[in-house]
Amino acid sequence: MKQTPLGNWRRAIKPSILELKNVHTYYGNIHALKGISCTIPSGDIACLIGANGAGKSTTLLTIFGVQRAARGEIRFKGRPIHRLRPEQVAVQGISQAPEGRQIFARMTTLENLEMGAYLRNDKAEVAGDMEWVFGLFPRLKDRARQLGGTLSGGEQQMLAIGRALMARPELLLLDEPSLGLAPKLVEKIFETILEINKNGVTIFLVEQNAHMALSISNTGYVMETGRIVLTDSAAALLKNEKVKKAYLGE
Amino acid sequence: MKQGSEMGNGEFKKFIIYSLFLGVLILPMVGFPGTHFEAKRAFIVWGVFVGVLALGMLNQVVRQSSIYQKTLGGPQSFNRRVTKQFQKIPVRHWTLILLAAVAVYPLLANNYMVDVGITCLIYIVLGLGLNIVVGLAGLLDLGYIAFYAVGAYTYSLLNLHFGMSFWLCLPIGILLGAILGCVIGYPTLRMRGDYLAIVTMGFGEIIRLVLNNWDSLTKGPNGLLGMAKPSIMYPAFSNSGLEWATYSLKSLHALYYFILLIAVLTVIGVRRLDQSRIGRAWVAIREDEVAAELSGVPTTWLKLLAYAMGAAFASVAGAFFAAKLSYTNPNFFIFMESCIVLCIVVLGGAGSIPGVILAGVLLIAVPEVFRELQDYRMFAFGLAMAVMMVLRPEGLIPATRRKLGLSDIETDTIGELEESYQAVDSRT
Repeated sequence: MKQTPLGNWRRAIKPSILELKNVHTYYGNIHALKGISCTIPSGDIACLIGANGAGKSTTLLTIFGVQRAARGEIRFKGRPIHRLRPEQVAVQGISQAPEGRQIFARMTTLENLEMGAYLRNDKAEVAGDMEWVFGLFPRLKDRARQLGGTLSGGEQQMLAIGRALMARPELLLLDEPSLGLAPKLVEKIFETILEINKNGVTIFLVEQNAHMALSISNTGYVMETGRIVLTDSAAALLKNEKVKKAYLGE
Repeated sequence: MKQGSEMGNGEFKKFIIYSLFLGVLILPMVGFPGTHFEAKRAFIVWGVFVGVLALGMLNQVVRQSSIYQKTLGGPQSFNRRVTKQFQKIPVRHWTLILLAAVAVYPLLANNYMVDVGITCLIYIVLGLGLNIVVGLAGLLDLGYIAFYAVGAYTYSLLNLHFGMSFWLCLPIGILLGAILGCVIGYPTLRMRGDYLAIVTMGFGEIIRLVLNNWDSLTKGPNGLLGMAKPSIMYPAFSNSGLEWATYSLKSLHALYYFILLIAVLTVIGVRRLDQSRIGRAWVAIREDEVAAELSGVPTTWLKLLAYAMGAAFASVAGAFFAAKLSYTNPNFFIFMESCIVLCIVVLGGAGSIPGVILAGVLLIAVPEVFRELQDYRMFAFGLAMAVMMVLRPEGLIPATRRKLGLSDIETDTIGELEESYQAVDSRT
């Protein structure tokens, strides 16, 4: 996404959709998140990059309430959500495609997508959204009646994203969408992510593929061992010497 | 005969090795020389074994021969066409045929057979209840029989001490079972797999030991005796005009039809649950708990609900069991019983209602048929389970997920679905 002065100015006054303030999370005795703070402007694509085990996935799970934030504050559209259970967070308009294609292996593609709309009652609109998802991922339509577990890796990733979209979220959390995919597929997935964003969905992306992630994002966060160590516009991060060395392999 | 020669190499060698291994395994059934070796029994057991193997072998050879492939085995073969014709018969017709058969059964059978039928039906109700917990929600429960005990003791105690009728005790038993299900379920919410199995097993034993040792209330190992049979009221004409008469379900036939009714209601209930939003959410939890949570499924509540519903059905079966025998004692509710119910669910195909029914009949009725094998009954049972798990790892009748909600696409044929299930298994 091109960075223009106008764009920067717009972002400065844009309301934030998600705000994390000094969030701490523990797995038993392990201090996984050591005070995360970040702000995601409404309508943007933000990405969180970092090495394995830095706490990227934990950040997403904490936002959703699957992992409890021990301290700190998470606000979605100004409302605190850090005390809510996952199903209550989902109602707010957040949706997440989990890491490692955690799709329902013994349900068909169609049933997987229907599970994504589990909390919705508006049948007609759900059907419309399903058409939208099939439009984004035509491959899924061909595989509609196939069991999720028999799909290829790329198709499973598409299904995980499609399922998350079926909740018609305002904020979409994506955990490693490029994991284990062929480079060509990765490109395609990222193109689709851009298209989803153009439909008005704010996207918070967690990635190891830093180059790809930064090239489609507005804002980037760099995470190391449970802390956010760098925050800047994605374009600036792509030029940052430290980032280049550590994550872009240049 | 190219395929035939292929069979001759690798497959044939495998076949021989497995047969020899199985032959060694069934040695205890034959008996050891010097202890209680009987030439006649050894001859029969080995004879049957070799016969079955030879048949299996023959089947393999025939299936792989080119003549068979051309005539009966191809895609448009006689077999497949017959299977297709069978699949065309709607489920409703099958259900009616089955219902007619089980309704006529006691009229044709002797008392012993009716009694076995009642036991089968009780275990089918238990199996269907556990099917909710294990088959749908995917929570491995090894202490399920405890809820059966709760139902039995609730009815026994309330009837003996307060003279309450079966119909009044039933909802109380269901409620108590459901509450206890939640009590046991709550601390295990965060557990998965092996840990969950161990904890539920412990709970099952706790219930049994409490019943065994609380002498003042349960009379301990002596058990409780003399509960009334369930009775029904019906309007009848007498000398003083129309009034209510009581019919006690004392005869074996009456009890059979009563438990049949309970079983049918259970099937309907479990089926409705399975097809509901709740059932879909349970399956989602079974498949992937985190993904289900991310889809907005309230996993905590639904897991508790699965325990409570499963316990409620077991409680009904327990109350009937105590009423039928007019006797109950803690030794009816040992760990082995939990295992048998679990076997019914797994053997039948987790999540599959017809599978559970078939497995219930097989696992309860077949050991009765083989009563003459006596001590080796359990061994034969284990062997049958092992063979089943090799031949049909998805269970006798694998569960098929029907179209749900919006899906306007027909379900796969059983064969296709089975193939894809196996593909899923080989990947994971």
